[in-house]
Amino acid sequence: MSIAEEIRPTTDALLKTDAPKKPTNMGQILRWMLLFLGGVAMVMPIAYMISTSLKWPHEVYNLKLIPDEPHIENYTYVLEDGRFYWWFVNSMIIAVITTVCNVIFDSLVGYTLCKFRFPGRYIIFIAILSTLMIPTEMLVIPWYLMSQQFGWLDTYWGIMFPGLMTAFGTFLMKQFFETVPDDFIEAARIDGLNELQIWWTVAMPLVKPALAALAIFVFLGNWTAFIWPLIVTNSVEMYTLPVGLSSFGDEADVAWELIMTGAAISTIPTLIVFLIFQRYIIQGVVMAGLKG
Amino acid sequence: MADLAIRNLVKRYDKTEVLHGISLDVEDGEFVVFVGPSGCGKSTTLRLIAGLEDATSGEIVIGGRVVNNLEPKDRDIAMVFQNYAIYPHMTVRKNIGFGLRTSKMSKADKDARIDEVAGILGMTDLLARKPSQLSGGQRQRVAIGRAMVRDPAVFLFDEPLSNLDAQLRTQMRLEIKKLHQRVGNTIIFVTHDQVEAMTMADRIVIMKDGHIQQVGTPAEVYHKPANTFVARFIGAPSMNMLSGTVAQGGLRLGSGEVLDLRLDAADGYPVTVGVRPEDLHPGDGPALVRGPVTVREPLGHETLIYVGAEGQEVIAKADGRTPPEVGEEVTLTAALDTLHVFDAATGNALR
Repeated sequence: MSIAEEIRPTTDALLKTDAPKKPTNMGQILRWMLLFLGGVAMVMPIAYMISTSLKWPHEVYNLKLIPDEPHIENYTYVLEDGRFYWWFVNSMIIAVITTVCNVIFDSLVGYTLCKFRFPGRYIIFIAILSTLMIPTEMLVIPWYLMSQQFGWLDTYWGIMFPGLMTAFGTFLMKQFFETVPDDFIEAARIDGLNELQIWWTVAMPLVKPALAALAIFVFLGNWTAFIWPLIVTNSVEMYTLPVGLSSFGDEADVAWELIMTGAAISTIPTLIVFLIFQRYIIQGVVMAGLKG
Repeated sequence: MADLAIRNLVKRYDKTEVLHGISLDVEDGEFVVFVGPSGCGKSTTLRLIAGLEDATSGEIVIGGRVVNNLEPKDRDIAMVFQNYAIYPHMTVRKNIGFGLRTSKMSKADKDARIDEVAGILGMTDLLARKPSQLSGGQRQRVAIGRAMVRDPAVFLFDEPLSNLDAQLRTQMRLEIKKLHQRVGNTIIFVTHDQVEAMTMADRIVIMKDGHIQQVGTPAEVYHKPANTFVARFIGAPSMNMLSGTVAQGGLRLGSGEVLDLRLDAADGYPVTVGVRPEDLHPGDGPALVRGPVTVREPLGHETLIYVGAEGQEVIAKADGRTPPEVGEEVTLTAALDTLHVFDAATGNALR
């Protein structure tokens, strides 16, 4: 018997996987069905957005997912339209500045409310939280009147000022700073750092996952904001992307194919932001899990 | 290096007073251990010395300077925390160098100082690592390194060994003691472990309920406990406490035995007689306790025996080779000069 024949039974035995087949039960099937439905619900709008951006105007109201004659004319049109760049830049400026401001201000306030003991701390926290209950629609008119008085209408500042700090962000950051042990802060205090240095060099790096999550929320929120930018801007050059896109078309007809094209392009920065920060978010989830 | 003094230190949280006016003098270069059960005020005292909390009244003097109104960073102290408080996002080098961030030293001097400290702690090879890549003992060493790098007048340690396993704790205990012998700074060390206190301290401060119970060298607090609390707290197993009364110019125990111990008290005065398990053994002599052996714990060279008598259990040491059997009636005795007598009412030592 050759060596090969000799070892054959052994290798066969090793290769044979006799792990029992998992029984597929109804619960599992149901779970997959639900997940599939959820997936469809998530993907369909995006699929229709891309599909519509590839259609001719007369096809728009045809619900077919695959256009009869797909083309990229809409993309050329939108990208060659100078206004689109203006809106893109406006949106980018506003979203980036607002995000940076939120990351700094929300965490400063959250840190203060979490790590310092002072009279009225709890009342201030509740007051900040309670603003979450006031819908934006109610605030729009006071904001508008204020902007009018201060001459902020149709300016970047006017678009940005209501969102430079958010109650949600403050709450989120306060909760995350609770996970930073006081010893870390006291150790830094003994080592001679001032409170601002402690916040920046010790506390902030320890809540990076929360900062990343906050950055994504704020960026997306401002990138897609519609009502307030629509109200506070008058000139076409000051429009943000969503406001600008909605103006495609005329009184008689809405150019859905152009709007969808713009929308498709405008999702790219949000994808980039998410790709940059998702590592931290996943890291955050893992960390939270390990801590138990 | 500097001496440290605490005078009538009081700390109150709202209406609850947790430190009731404690005073203590620590000499330059001394290793003082604060020990006591949870909630005795030892950590609070340390935090007050560090400046992490404000004293309600009283004075803290470091190096001849009243520091009550100084920020922690201006007190010339460094502190090692129970959970190390080393920053997970920084390398060992950055962590150790963190204490020098605000110093006016040049970068080269700072690096040299970090290398020197890392050398003393045997961590030179680990400087580039992050804390997550270190073992518990190594993390503890980083925390000590961060305190050492500033060469403070006083080192404060807040239960730094309680997160380590038993073996590592013994090892770090030794390392800290060696470190103290080498650098010679004043050290205030807080622990709830009396073995740590006994093995490391030049002097031990035993605290309970916000009061200092006794201050003394390990030998003093062991051999001359000021009261029943100290007597029970120091030493393992704990000191046995027997009740008795002053009688016929001596001491009458529950066993009926009258001991030839002169006390300056009236006949019938109730006392507590303390005897350490290692001093109590079966044999001839004054019979302190009579009763049956309930449990035996062989330790090899000796055996601990639990003897039931007068509604309590006392622990004694018997020979390791021929210990009495469980159930056997034994008479336990001890040399008279090993007995401690306390006032039964106040718990204070009478002799």
